[in-house]
Amino acid sequence: MRGLVNRFGTQVVHDGLDMDVYEGEIFGVVGGSGSGKSVLLRSILGLQRPVRGTVKLEGRDITALDAAELRKVKQRYGVTFQHGALFTSLTVLQNVQLPMTEYLRLSEADLDELARFRLAQVGLPADAGAKYPAQLSGGMIKRAALARALALDPRLLFLDEPTAGLDPIAAAAFDALLTELQKGLGLTVVMTTHDLDTIFRTCNRVGVIVDRHMVSDTLAGIVGQEHPWIRRYFHGPRARAASASRG
Amino acid sequence: MRRSHRGLTQHPLATADSGTAREFLVHESDGRLRLSGDWVMAHASELAAALDGIPRGRSQRLVLDATGLQSIDLGGALLLDRRLRALAEGGARVEWQGERPPQLEVVAETRKGAKPEPQAVEEGFDLAEPVRTIGRWAVERGEEALTTLSFFGAVCVVIARALTHPRHLRIAALTRHVQETGLQAIPIVSLIAFLISVIVAYMGAQQLRKFGAEIFVVDLVTVGVLREMAVLLTAIIVAGRSGSAFAAEIGVMKLNEEVDALKAMGVDPVEVLVLPRVLGLVIALPLLTVLADAVGLAGGGLLCFWLLDIPFAQYLSRMQEAIAPTTFWVGIVKTPVFAFLIAFVGTLRGMQVRGSSRELGRLTTVAVVQAIFLVILADALFAMLFLELDL
Repeated sequence: MRGLVNRFGTQVVHDGLDMDVYEGEIFGVVGGSGSGKSVLLRSILGLQRPVRGTVKLEGRDITALDAAELRKVKQRYGVTFQHGALFTSLTVLQNVQLPMTEYLRLSEADLDELARFRLAQVGLPADAGAKYPAQLSGGMIKRAALARALALDPRLLFLDEPTAGLDPIAAAAFDALLTELQKGLGLTVVMTTHDLDTIFRTCNRVGVIVDRHMVSDTLAGIVGQEHPWIRRYFHGPRARAASASRG
Repeated sequence: MRRSHRGLTQHPLATADSGTAREFLVHESDGRLRLSGDWVMAHASELAAALDGIPRGRSQRLVLDATGLQSIDLGGALLLDRRLRALAEGGARVEWQGERPPQLEVVAETRKGAKPEPQAVEEGFDLAEPVRTIGRWAVERGEEALTTLSFFGAVCVVIARALTHPRHLRIAALTRHVQETGLQAIPIVSLIAFLISVIVAYMGAQQLRKFGAEIFVVDLVTVGVLREMAVLLTAIIVAGRSGSAFAAEIGVMKLNEEVDALKAMGVDPVEVLVLPRVLGLVIALPLLTVLADAVGLAGGGLLCFWLLDIPFAQYLSRMQEAIAPTTFWVGIVKTPVFAFLIAFVGTLRGMQVRGSSRELGRLTTVAVVQAIFLVILADALFAMLFLELDL
């Protein structure tokens, strides 16, 4: 991403923001409330039209593609939203199958088997498939959303606050799941997060949105950054506890 | 603030009073002001009244004694603090005999930390303000017209695509909507159609009786039902029922980010959410109207039999003289147009929901009101059209 500018009325959220994500890494996007983490993600996903800037996915400028080509690109990545955004009128299994039925021609039996496999991948029990999102707990919703994001075996995942609202046990389990999947599937993950534990446990590189720009570095590097806000973020009492517990 | 709060326990609200009169502030004979009782929120109004009773005088010396205080919470402390500050500004000196309640410290600390409220700028009446309001209104209406037009364009594109590539037609969703907007509306539509034709027949009979022309009630009912009443009333019921349902369903999906999820997956929300609803209603409404026609005619016949003793056979034969095939078609031809208007408005308003549940409520209401309005407007335009065409 180069030179991203996002503006709402007179409020400039991003002013020439640059970001690079390399294949196979988990990249954490961090920033204060209102710094535009979600807006950044939405700009990449095409849900928010930036005032200026280019976004390239695997070398292709997605801001310049037409609808049909964009559709093809969208099959290559999976997305989860902060509150799951599962389709409430469909069962979990049907949710996972939706990307598949949209893009592939498969028999009922194959669809079911593939969807059940995804559920197993994210650690959901088989009986969760028949439930509706309203019947799931917070942790299960996040996992179901992840299963849906993985439906088409994407190499790239965008996760918006994946551990938000989860209790510490569920959050830790999600972190473990993510690292496991990344290693096993060679995924590239871009996630926005507040959760210091998640950052220390899973991220390879971190990008911090400060002053409407982004400062990126490896996890070790970012902790040593000079910027006052970054220092407070990564050296405050909670950060020290989180990094200590990483062991 | 490292203050321990052990000294700030509050008295339970329902407290057995200590017998004597609830004197919170006693003016002792030696000039002291003795605080007593429970200076808690529950007694706020009495405390305020008691504090107002402190005599004011320039450079007076006030001695306060809080040793007899049962309990005091932060609300009571705030009232006391406020009054003391006011007195101090007026030149009085405040002294404490005995310990000063620690709650006053907490209040003072909080006041120090609070940021001052920005002064609201007093705006005088500006002659330009009404003009600005009109301008803003005009711009908003213009933007709204543009949004509506672009949504209309999107729907047309999707319809065209679905007709040429049936793969884009979501049959399962379509049948579900035909069931929900059509089948499930049968009871209410039949009931209303029946009642309305009975009412009209009754009113007509009352008037035509005067001329001994009761038989023409049949004309009134059959022509009225087929051309206007069944059609319009069915459309209005469906506008209320389905217009709100569409707006609410899609609105909730927007609030839940489900629409964003669809877009992120490369699925066109207009194709998946709007098209099945529009086509479903275009199929369901004409069928519902045919049913309403039948029930309306039957209702009229029933009333003519009960009230006017017109046997059914005579009702039928009079009906055949009164109506022509065009009477029926003139009514039915309006229904797909009504259906499109209702579904369009409902889905459009649903798509515009963002942010809060209040928006959802507001836009659902707007959807229903506008759908009903558009239906009646379209009906009026059709009436003028048919007048010109002599139908």
